[in-house]
Amino acid sequence: MGSGVRVLIGTRKGAFIATSDEKRESWEISDPLFAGWEMYHLKGSPADPDRIYASQSSGWFGQKIQRSDDGGKTWEPVGSEFAYDGVPGTHQWYDGTPHPWEFARVWHLEPSLTDPDTVYAGVEDAALFKTTDGGQTWSELSGLRGHGSGKHWAPGAGGMCLHSIVLDPSDPDRIYIAISAAGAFRTDDGGVTWKPINKGLKSNWELPDPDADVGHCVHNIAMHPSKPGVLFMQKHWDVMRTDDAGENWTEISGNLPSDFGFPIAVHAHEPETVYVVPIKSDSEHFPPDGKLRVYRSRAGGHEWEALTNGLPQENCYVNVLRDSMAVDTLDSCGIYFGTTGGQVYASNDSGDSWQAIARDLPSVVSVEVQVLP
Amino acid sequence: MIRVVLPAHLRTLARTEREVTLDVAAPVTQSAVLDALEATYPVLRGTIRDHATLKRRPLVRFYACMEDISHEPPETPLPDPVIAGTEPFIIIGAMAGG
Repeated sequence: MGSGVRVLIGTRKGAFIATSDEKRESWEISDPLFAGWEMYHLKGSPADPDRIYASQSSGWFGQKIQRSDDGGKTWEPVGSEFAYDGVPGTHQWYDGTPHPWEFARVWHLEPSLTDPDTVYAGVEDAALFKTTDGGQTWSELSGLRGHGSGKHWAPGAGGMCLHSIVLDPSDPDRIYIAISAAGAFRTDDGGVTWKPINKGLKSNWELPDPDADVGHCVHNIAMHPSKPGVLFMQKHWDVMRTDDAGENWTEISGNLPSDFGFPIAVHAHEPETVYVVPIKSDSEHFPPDGKLRVYRSRAGGHEWEALTNGLPQENCYVNVLRDSMAVDTLDSCGIYFGTTGGQVYASNDSGDSWQAIARDLPSVVSVEVQVLP
Repeated sequence: MIRVVLPAHLRTLARTEREVTLDVAAPVTQSAVLDALEATYPVLRGTIRDHATLKRRPLVRFYACMEDISHEPPETPLPDPVIAGTEPFIIIGAMAGG
């Protein structure tokens, strides 16, 4: 049991930190951090919760990485040079023509499970970088981009981003990543070599070969640390799972009102309890019927129940982006998600009930949570 | 002293005022001013010019003496009033939504 929680909220116009005690009933929200900048992702080190990394981005002024060593009270810029290894070559552009690989921004920062100075960064155009010196310098793990299929990757509507990085707690050499729109990949040697793990994914409307090895628009993947070979995936359409570390995927969309969506999360203490937020369609990025509903499966998929208590059930047309859902590890598991309308909702009872801990922030891009010792 | 006006995003990033002053040795060119600016505020590296190529970022503009000098070659001397310190070298984000 911890003494409280800290929710790290990235928005289109700055970052915010929400804090509460372990009851998670009343909340304090900070003033904006890095006001005016797009804060794609903030995440704390599991090995040192006061060490937090933040991706600070601007269409005008590029990429910065900020680091806090005191739980977000103060920040210092660290290295922000993300240079692709060698000659980057081309990937496929929206119109099918070759397009040079160009760095745009860092979408996701994944600190090491054991070392506060080691962090992985998923970037657009898709590549994986790593620092081992607390963010001062970043090196590309270029075996991913160079494994052979890179020239066939294409951007999704939001850009060609590497957005999901999942570290296997039982094997430091095993990492899963996902790219829109290339699919999921796995390394078993610490990032030197990679293989696509997309067998079973079907993209009937998006790809000429629905079963292609690469090209799938994976939106998010999640894992429970006690079952590192089991992954859950929210794809562009379809909610999927694998029980063999990505070798084979099966659809678990079941009775969801829509199997389109962005984030997916796993309960902290129940490895077969999964959360998604159904979105109407790829063109209508809002909840079906104007009702904001988190769906929970306690059976690892297929059978889903709507969680609505405390969430708007009429006239709600916000989106919930892929990095905008997180769970805490307190005894009664907390679930958090942010919306493009600037709301952040929290549940302190595994999703049975919800409250808005923020209502009027800028559009929320990412949500992470830390349990404080 | 060369006067440089920074846009809001970069002021907050560099934790400085709207206008900063820099010692720049002659010849006072766009490159020389940006080199001095980045030497004084290392956090600005990569925000105005690309880290590697030193090319101006696409949505950054340079104004001086009511002229847009963004497309001047980087080694061109800046206008005399900027060199004299009576007019600032202005860095702004190009007009765009958001």
